[in-house]
Amino acid sequence: MTARSAVLHLAILAAGIAAPFLFPAHTVQFAVFWVFVLFALTWDTMGGHMGYNSLGNILFFGLGMYVCAVVQIGTVYDVAEYTAANGAISVNFTHTQYFHGLALGLVAAALFPPVVAAVLSWILFGLRGPYFAIGTLGVAIAAAELTNAWDYVGGGQGIAMPVFPGPPGARERFFYAACMIAAIACYLFLRWLYATRFRLAINAIRDDEDKAEALGLHTGRYKMVAWSVSAFFLGIAGALFGNMTGFIEPLETAYPTLTFGIFMVAMTLLGGKGTLWGPVIGATLFYTLREVTWTYLLGWQYIALGLLIIVNVVYFQQGILGWLRARKPEWFGVKVRH
Amino acid sequence: MQPYVKVVSRTACAIAVGAALAAPAAAKVEGDKIILGSAISITGKYSQEGKNASDGYNFAVKKINENGGVKVGGKTYKLEVKYYDDESTPARTAQLLERIINQDGIKFVLGPYGSGPTKAAAPVTEKYKIPMVEAEGASRSLFTQNYKYLFAVLSTSDYYLSPVIDLAAELAKKHGKKPSSMKIGMAFENDPFSLDVRQGVVTEAKKYGMKIVVDDKMPRDLSDISATLTKIKALKPDVILFSGHTKGATTATRQMKEMNVSAPIVALTHCESADITGKFNGAAEGILCPTQWAETLKYKDKLFGTAMDYNEAFLKAHSEYKEVPYQVAQGSAAVEVWADAFKRAGSLDPQKLRDALAKTNMETFYGHVQFDKAGKNIGKPMVLRQVQNGKYVVVAPTKYAAEPVVYPRKEAND
Amino acid sequence: MWDNVQILTVAPVFNVQLWLNGLSVGAVFALVAYGLALVWGVTSIKNLAQGDLVMMGGYLGVAFARHGVHPIVAIVPVAAIMFCFGWVLYRLMIRRVIQLDLFTSLLATFGLAITIQQALNLAFGPEVVTLDAGFGQLEMFDAMVSITWIRLIAFAICLLLAGAMVLFLTKSRLGQAIRATAQDPRAARVLGIDTDLVYSLTFSINAAICGAAGVIVGMIWVLQPFYGIAYSVRAFVIVTAAGLGNLPGVILAALGLGVVEQYSGFVLGAQFQQATIVGLLLLILLWRQALLRRHRLALQ
Repeated sequence: MTARSAVLHLAILAAGIAAPFLFPAHTVQFAVFWVFVLFALTWDTMGGHMGYNSLGNILFFGLGMYVCAVVQIGTVYDVAEYTAANGAISVNFTHTQYFHGLALGLVAAALFPPVVAAVLSWILFGLRGPYFAIGTLGVAIAAAELTNAWDYVGGGQGIAMPVFPGPPGARERFFYAACMIAAIACYLFLRWLYATRFRLAINAIRDDEDKAEALGLHTGRYKMVAWSVSAFFLGIAGALFGNMTGFIEPLETAYPTLTFGIFMVAMTLLGGKGTLWGPVIGATLFYTLREVTWTYLLGWQYIALGLLIIVNVVYFQQGILGWLRARKPEWFGVKVRH
Repeated sequence: MQPYVKVVSRTACAIAVGAALAAPAAAKVEGDKIILGSAISITGKYSQEGKNASDGYNFAVKKINENGGVKVGGKTYKLEVKYYDDESTPARTAQLLERIINQDGIKFVLGPYGSGPTKAAAPVTEKYKIPMVEAEGASRSLFTQNYKYLFAVLSTSDYYLSPVIDLAAELAKKHGKKPSSMKIGMAFENDPFSLDVRQGVVTEAKKYGMKIVVDDKMPRDLSDISATLTKIKALKPDVILFSGHTKGATTATRQMKEMNVSAPIVALTHCESADITGKFNGAAEGILCPTQWAETLKYKDKLFGTAMDYNEAFLKAHSEYKEVPYQVAQGSAAVEVWADAFKRAGSLDPQKLRDALAKTNMETFYGHVQFDKAGKNIGKPMVLRQVQNGKYVVVAPTKYAAEPVVYPRKEAND
Repeated sequence: MWDNVQILTVAPVFNVQLWLNGLSVGAVFALVAYGLALVWGVTSIKNLAQGDLVMMGGYLGVAFARHGVHPIVAIVPVAAIMFCFGWVLYRLMIRRVIQLDLFTSLLATFGLAITIQQALNLAFGPEVVTLDAGFGQLEMFDAMVSITWIRLIAFAICLLLAGAMVLFLTKSRLGQAIRATAQDPRAARVLGIDTDLVYSLTFSINAAICGAAGVIVGMIWVLQPFYGIAYSVRAFVIVTAAGLGNLPGVILAALGLGVVEQYSGFVLGAQFQQATIVGLLLLILLWRQALLRRHRLALQ
């Protein structure tokens, strides 16, 4: 790490820590921003680096959210009774009950999705190209529909999450910090992972899977690990997001296949896939644009979003980093001889 | 890392600009205006109902402003509502309320549309101790959490279709049958509102020992219920119940006619917003519709006059409506409740306003409004209307009935 | 659940009702899926906006109906307008996506889907809309089974359109050019076929088919700006199940899906209808994967 890059990293960290104090009113928005960064980073591991375009990664987000909720509530109440009471017996948990439950819930939410990913990878990775995309989309939709029909977790009625004990403001800062730590941990872990042989292996899978296999690479294992890593971080993000929102239900909060599920892809493509910083930049631009259009283009925001996606993939395939790399190769350490 | 440094530092500038843009400055009171905030469904699956609600809000705001506004402690203010689009999703509602309260500094909230979004909104307003008067979230579970800043002008959703069961029992007795011999076939959309309606029905049916022979949950993007209807046709229940917002009412009315399915008692929610009488003429005949409000009821207030006056005035102002859905009326009522609280509190302090709201006891064109400890309106009943000769006529409860109920249901051949 | 199966065995007449309903909606799925298969096969574009083109066609039908045109008659101008719309879309965006990787087309058409949905929402409002064709219904077995005439008519129209497409593709010069391009675009280009024209034609024909299907959907079901996705998902299930370039397969799979949906709604309950479709898709994908693996092992 050079001095300049260290300064940059520290500057971003400082900005991240300062943000909720400088703009306390925007804390929740900033927290969701970190979740979006995490979305794009985890999607890129599979979609960008490995060439497996999953449309169903949102599955792990929803799983994390629900597993966490069930564990959290299960520490205090009987889950079926809690959900049968129109979504909640009482959302007022004591201080210990709350944090005890949340800690256990987060652990469960981090561990369960990777297990599911491992099992699914055994089933789904035989599918290639668009069939993989459609297959993963199918799994995500099926999970949403089944959760929706499952009365134990409240079905379509949803679950009212325990309320954060503490004064107003503390909750936002708590979840902001949690989301930021999750996103940064995800970034650092991927940064380390991409510096190892792992990156070369998954890039080889992207470039030519059959040849990689012929060279003795256990492609199956690499694919499984890559997906499980995404699932791990997405599970945590789901758990945090569910608690931050306060009320969860299957179709729109836990498994929003057609919004968040697609956003993660769009953000990565916008920034430039297959790079470390591309997803981060893509998420930043996308999120900023989204919040601005939501404020100023009421009712038209989705048209703006649809057009953005079209323009992005049709006219601007390479993403921001890809475009810059082509125009200013020297910024990327490529020596150009004239 | 170094190669990316420039790129990233440029992005950092972009973030800063973006953040600045995303933060419009506003205050709870701008000059002589009191600003109310609402996150409502402008896009998404409840956008029709969301429009009804916001039309109701706006209509009352306009009327109040035309009459000189609201007098608070000697100063007169005009009202204004600032809207955000929650896209019909609860997750968005919660975020937007944070924005309304925190960034825009709004201290007076009007509810969103639907039970799901309201459930997401209530914890936020509760936390910031900002009072919310809501008119469109009827789920019972909203009123079991001891929320202190939530006030609802409407009756809760378990009262939507359970009066139909009472009516069925009454009619069975009258025709020499046991109430327990009545069979029920029903389908409810799989969302918080309809599931709540269902729970009210299940409890009531258990009381009379009635058997539920069909009990389906419909998907949210439902456009076909023919499989459920085939089941109902096979099992011939005495009572058919459907609840699935506007789209459910439309689909049910149409497909019941097409598949020739009927029963002595048929009841749907959201008949008016689906305009079943206008769209399907004879096929709507005899259907029972629960409503929070009807223009024929004898309620009145100073601002709008009688329920009928409100009805006429609103239709005149909004030619796109053929009937006034109750969602509109209760939206207006919520604004009236706010205006009344401002006057009585004589202050713009949220805490004082909450206390004033809790003591609300007023007549409106929408019915009596009086909140219990949980914040729900106990001042007015749900009424049942039946489509008779293409018109909605109040038939139950007996106290408000304009005509006797036609039983068994007779469809018109049209 | 078991009770529901019993109904069907005790009173078999209800099977007839389920089959009739299933087949009539299956015919609409067949049209939509057929268009998807055509575009997928020829241009390799996987059009996620398929269902939204259907809704758009339906709403155009509504616009015509409001001016007193009977919905069945409206199918013709709607198809024509959608053909032109498809042409413009192709020129503006689809054309640029063709050369790019497979996933891009999914995402680009998804963007298109959002845009169309919201535009419809702004233009026509979010209410559920229906088209009334009149005609009443046909009743059989002592009114135990009833089906609207319009469903039967729609079924006939779908078959007619599918038949016309088959004739067009096999008999006409242009149809042969389309098939040739699907088989091998480079060879087709060498033989003097203007593949760009073929692509744009294919996409426009698909849009026209969707438009016609949309008007039919409005007559037998309901229209809503956001319901397109349901048709897209079904079309993908059908085409994945039947495989590309297998027209009889697509039609059979579509009719089958219609019937399966009815039965799952009847036996399991309406809440499992969507899950059944998606579950079916996954099963088919896995089954094909297993076949492929066996094939690969056999080759080794």
